[in-house]
Amino acid sequence: MRTILIILRKEFKQIFRNRAMIPLIFFLPVIQLLILSNAATYEIKNIKFNVVDYDQSHFSRELISKFTASNYFVLNDVSFSVENSEESFKKNQSKLIIHIPKDFEKNFMSAGMSEVQLVINAEDGSAAGIVNNYANNIIHQFNIDMGIESSAKFDPVPAININYSNWYNPELNYKTYMVPGILVVLVTMIGAFLSGMNVVKEKEIGTIEQLNVTPIKKYQFIIGKLMPFWIIGIGELAFGLLLGLIVFKIPLLGNPLIIFMLASVYLVVVLGMGLLISTLTDTQQQAMFIAWFILVLFILMGGVFTPIESMPDWAQRIAYFNPIAQFNRAMRMIMLKGSGFNDVLPTLYFFIAYASVMMSLAVWRYKKTE
Amino acid sequence: MTNNYIIEAENLTKKFGHFTAVDSISFSVKPGEIFGFLGANGAGKTTAMRMLCGLSIPSSGKATVAGFDVFKQTEQIKKNIGYMSQKFSLYDDLTVTENINFYGGIYGLSKSKLKEKTEYLIDLLKISDARNKLLVSLPLGWKQKLAFSVAIIHEPKIVFLDEPTGGVDPITRRQFWDMIYEASHNGVTVFVTTHYMDEAEYCNRVSMMVDGRIASLDTPDNLKKEYNADNMHEVFVKIARGK
Repeated sequence: MRTILIILRKEFKQIFRNRAMIPLIFFLPVIQLLILSNAATYEIKNIKFNVVDYDQSHFSRELISKFTASNYFVLNDVSFSVENSEESFKKNQSKLIIHIPKDFEKNFMSAGMSEVQLVINAEDGSAAGIVNNYANNIIHQFNIDMGIESSAKFDPVPAININYSNWYNPELNYKTYMVPGILVVLVTMIGAFLSGMNVVKEKEIGTIEQLNVTPIKKYQFIIGKLMPFWIIGIGELAFGLLLGLIVFKIPLLGNPLIIFMLASVYLVVVLGMGLLISTLTDTQQQAMFIAWFILVLFILMGGVFTPIESMPDWAQRIAYFNPIAQFNRAMRMIMLKGSGFNDVLPTLYFFIAYASVMMSLAVWRYKKTE
Repeated sequence: MTNNYIIEAENLTKKFGHFTAVDSISFSVKPGEIFGFLGANGAGKTTAMRMLCGLSIPSSGKATVAGFDVFKQTEQIKKNIGYMSQKFSLYDDLTVTENINFYGGIYGLSKSKLKEKTEYLIDLLKISDARNKLLVSLPLGWKQKLAFSVAIIHEPKIVFLDEPTGGVDPITRRQFWDMIYEASHNGVTVFVTTHYMDEAEYCNRVSMMVDGRIASLDTPDNLKKEYNADNMHEVFVKIARGK
């Protein structure tokens, strides 16, 4: 026990003596939360669009004004040729072409039915989906308005009226959704990078040899090395959570204790991963590269920025074994839905199993005697 | 094996794949002896030393250090030895006292003992002005002397020194050897590798390693007679060139 305390004291001194460390620990979460939660939204504003209006009628102008009047669309150019408008796609000046054919108004009035073509720049598939969605909503609204205006002639009977109700995030606030995920990324980075880097640093400067020749026990070394980052990780989570609650007004419906209980095991998973990487590498550069490679995969497939549900089947199955995905899901469940202990129990079991595997591998790989 | 020797090695061998770094070496070291381990770069000195320290398991052969087996009892060996590696082994971002407290603490020295040792070492090394300075700001010679003091802080039976005076000026080297004599005088067995042939003269006995084998082993005086040389430098050159 005393040996562990001695190692802990030494580690904390070294961590806080490192000038890069304090800013890293306190500014990183602030900057990540501020930038990512504001930048990473699924909402798109100021979508530039072109209009090709062959009808030049009251109806066509009305439709265009519906678009420009919305908060989402900005008119880029009006022309009489689809080809010309395509040029603006290539120059990246426009995301959408609204092509209104001749007799748009006439058909509407006479047959009660008309057509309009939306050409969407779908380089970015998810953005195109959103543009499509917005445009459809506007046209839908246009339909209703115009239908009422001309109701003397028609009798549009809506068969089913759909009522939306968004639970758990009623205003579809993206920060509410992003902050729990970003907190997960933050805790993961602290755990995986700093712990791995720290052990490899001892290898690089050669002090690990000096430690290996002392009667220090394996478990003492590992606890002494990982505990500081476990404490920093938990502190970081508390700090980020407070920041989210105070600055971003993120709801916290569930019990924060459940979050910390999950995080305390989750950190063991991540720290074990860092330690394992450090036993497989000789320099901080190698460790950094491997940790980065694994983390990028985990983060991209972790459902933080893109929904796991939209991934192909095989990827979803892999995502099940991604601790970031699991923790991210659990965090959102607890914070946004108020899920309780029993709801996240499977995640807890998963973390315990994962942590045992990671730690066993790391302990097995770390050798005091070659 | 008898208890008369504190280190005994018999046909100790270490292979890395097809490369034999240490090729069946046999020797024994008496308690309190200063045993020099000489050889060119890559002769296998460090590998041999790492096996004796319990850092590396031998491929074959037998050896005991302080009565413990180098195959099975590496952790017991570690309790009884001190080690100073080729690379500087203290922490540059800790102060002098913090380094002493850390290594002393790991070896299980009590708080009062640590305090006493710290004062003794700071006094011995005459570094009371620098006691709270980070190691990074100290000259290499001071750091090496401190590293040696820390390596024997737990009063081990044997201390292994791997090229302890590399890059150190002649005056500090002389002081360093005074410290080695002092330790030896207090009953610590010193096992030291070096490149400096003047340092070989200070040893009680010297072994010369060539290509993983011990080419000869004797007192410096006997070696000089045997090879008809004036100093150890000549002896070394003659042995390394194969006479």
